[in-house]
Amino acid sequence: MLLVVEQFLNGLQFGLLLFLLAAGLTLVFGIMDFVNLAHGSLYMMGAYFAATFVAWTGNFVLGALLALGATLLLGIVLEFVALRHLYGRDHLDHVLATFGLILFFNDAVRLIWGPAGLALPLPGWLTVPIAIMPGVYYPAYRLAIIVVALVVALLLYLVVMRTRIGMLIRAGASNREMIGALGINIKLLYTLVFGLGAALAGLAGLMQAPILTVQIGMGENILILAFVIIVIGGIGSIRGAFLAAIFVGIIDTLGRAFLPDLLRQVLSSTAASTAAPALSSMLIYLLMAIVLVVRPEGLFPASRR
Amino acid sequence: MTASLNARNVIVALVVAGLLLLPLYTSLSGNVFALTLFTRIVIYALAAASLNLIMGYGGMMSFGHAAYLGIGGYAVGILAHEGIGSGFIQWPVALAASALFALVIGALSLRTRGVYFIMITLAFAQMAYYVASGLARYGGDDGLTIYKRSDFGGLINLSDRVQFYYLCVGCLLGGIYLIWRIVNSRFGLVVQGLRSNERRMQAIGFSVNRYRLVCFVISGTICGLAGALLANNTDFVSPAAMYWTRSGDLMVMVVLGGMGSLFGPVLGTIVFLMLEEFLSQITEYWALIMGPLLLLIVLFGRGGIDGLLGRLRRG
Repeated sequence: MLLVVEQFLNGLQFGLLLFLLAAGLTLVFGIMDFVNLAHGSLYMMGAYFAATFVAWTGNFVLGALLALGATLLLGIVLEFVALRHLYGRDHLDHVLATFGLILFFNDAVRLIWGPAGLALPLPGWLTVPIAIMPGVYYPAYRLAIIVVALVVALLLYLVVMRTRIGMLIRAGASNREMIGALGINIKLLYTLVFGLGAALAGLAGLMQAPILTVQIGMGENILILAFVIIVIGGIGSIRGAFLAAIFVGIIDTLGRAFLPDLLRQVLSSTAASTAAPALSSMLIYLLMAIVLVVRPEGLFPASRR
Repeated sequence: MTASLNARNVIVALVVAGLLLLPLYTSLSGNVFALTLFTRIVIYALAAASLNLIMGYGGMMSFGHAAYLGIGGYAVGILAHEGIGSGFIQWPVALAASALFALVIGALSLRTRGVYFIMITLAFAQMAYYVASGLARYGGDDGLTIYKRSDFGGLINLSDRVQFYYLCVGCLLGGIYLIWRIVNSRFGLVVQGLRSNERRMQAIGFSVNRYRLVCFVISGTICGLAGALLANNTDFVSPAAMYWTRSGDLMVMVVLGGMGSLFGPVLGTIVFLMLEEFLSQITEYWALIMGPLLLLIVLFGRGGIDGLLGRLRRG
């Protein structure tokens, strides 16, 4: 029972992290109609920046904030130099151009930081277990991720739904020509949205960094997961991304934790230990297939289409 | 299209002649490396041509085509591992497995359009990648070494470098001929009509998804053949063959050469893999140059090499 609670929280934490990534991806796609495969590279850069800045400043929070700013800046530069010339082009052009960026970032990181991964050690106050229920302890850092991600999700919701910038973002998503005609600087708006997406990816990367090793290509697997989430949730829908991310995070984590035991009850133990890893990796893709068969536009398609 | 003497046709004729005569050059010069490199290029060209069938002519942006390379390869590898060495069994199984995978994936993916389709094919190919990584009996993550190449009972010896090379060239030319026949058939015209205006074709009374699905399956099967060739070429198959960046490479080859052009993918593959070879000889960090180069090609080189050749003729 304790294990179930713990794994459930792990799933929630992973899901919220995935949400940060998927939110940036779907924000950029929903508003700019731009498919950004290099989103995973921004996640990776966030992690590398964090590892570097934390080691440099010796302060975890300060390093993380610097890394966040660096990723935001990187996103804005990227948009300004290369990607803004691709708006309005075919989706395939986006895919190829950003695929090129992935190649670039992976080798750039290898050149700058070397082929071996980096570790990002946690400060002492984040490593203590915290009692969440009588007798149930949970690592403080994972709890902090849950809190930060929830706060960011709430902020994102407030910014998009309650502020003037958010109003423009939503207007841009429904009709870009119209808001351009109304005298809004749409170029600047797009740059801001892309920067926001990059910062969200960077935040996810830097928060995940202490849990996993910071390494080349770390953004690629998780990028595919983010895709699965926005396909399930409905492209362009932040709410859909939120619910699908939590759902996928929990299913993925619980599947990895408990599927081997469940299979062992019906299969021989060798067959179960062979099948379980592959099956649990496939679980969310199966989920996606089922969702698409029932609802090809995802569970919560953005209403504008 | 009339076979006139324009830049494009001359280049294509030269490339085909070059591919056919390459073993002559290598035996005279003793440069075996060129033959090894071009065997790989020819196999990838076949895979790229298969992707071009659905991407260039059918308008279906499959981002999971590497999955068929892996499935074709694993069919050969697993059968060889289990002691079934005959190519007459291995290759049909490779084709059938790829076709079956394409049928299931296609049926599900074709419920979606546009960017959903790109992402969903990508996700399904990743699923195949994880299955392959989970095959503990067949090497799992580390991959599976194939100790004996497919045996065609004395008909052709795959261990002979030159014979194997000609088999690959034969498969490539055969594949392109097949694609040419398909594209110019009534079936192919319907598929191309679907690319330009789906609603109109539907209104005329064509069952949209059935045509697309058949095209998708044909493409996957041809790519599965490339996978079987690739496994024989490297004597090895691993999940890495179906990793999603490989699908990206295939897409790049097609777009670089020119989408919807019969020989475009061949030119694209030659340029891409030669460039990769060339850059990796200069620097270990070849992707550092290749990545931005791709970006520039997308930004400025519309229509790929084939488009460039077409412009040469007009200009």
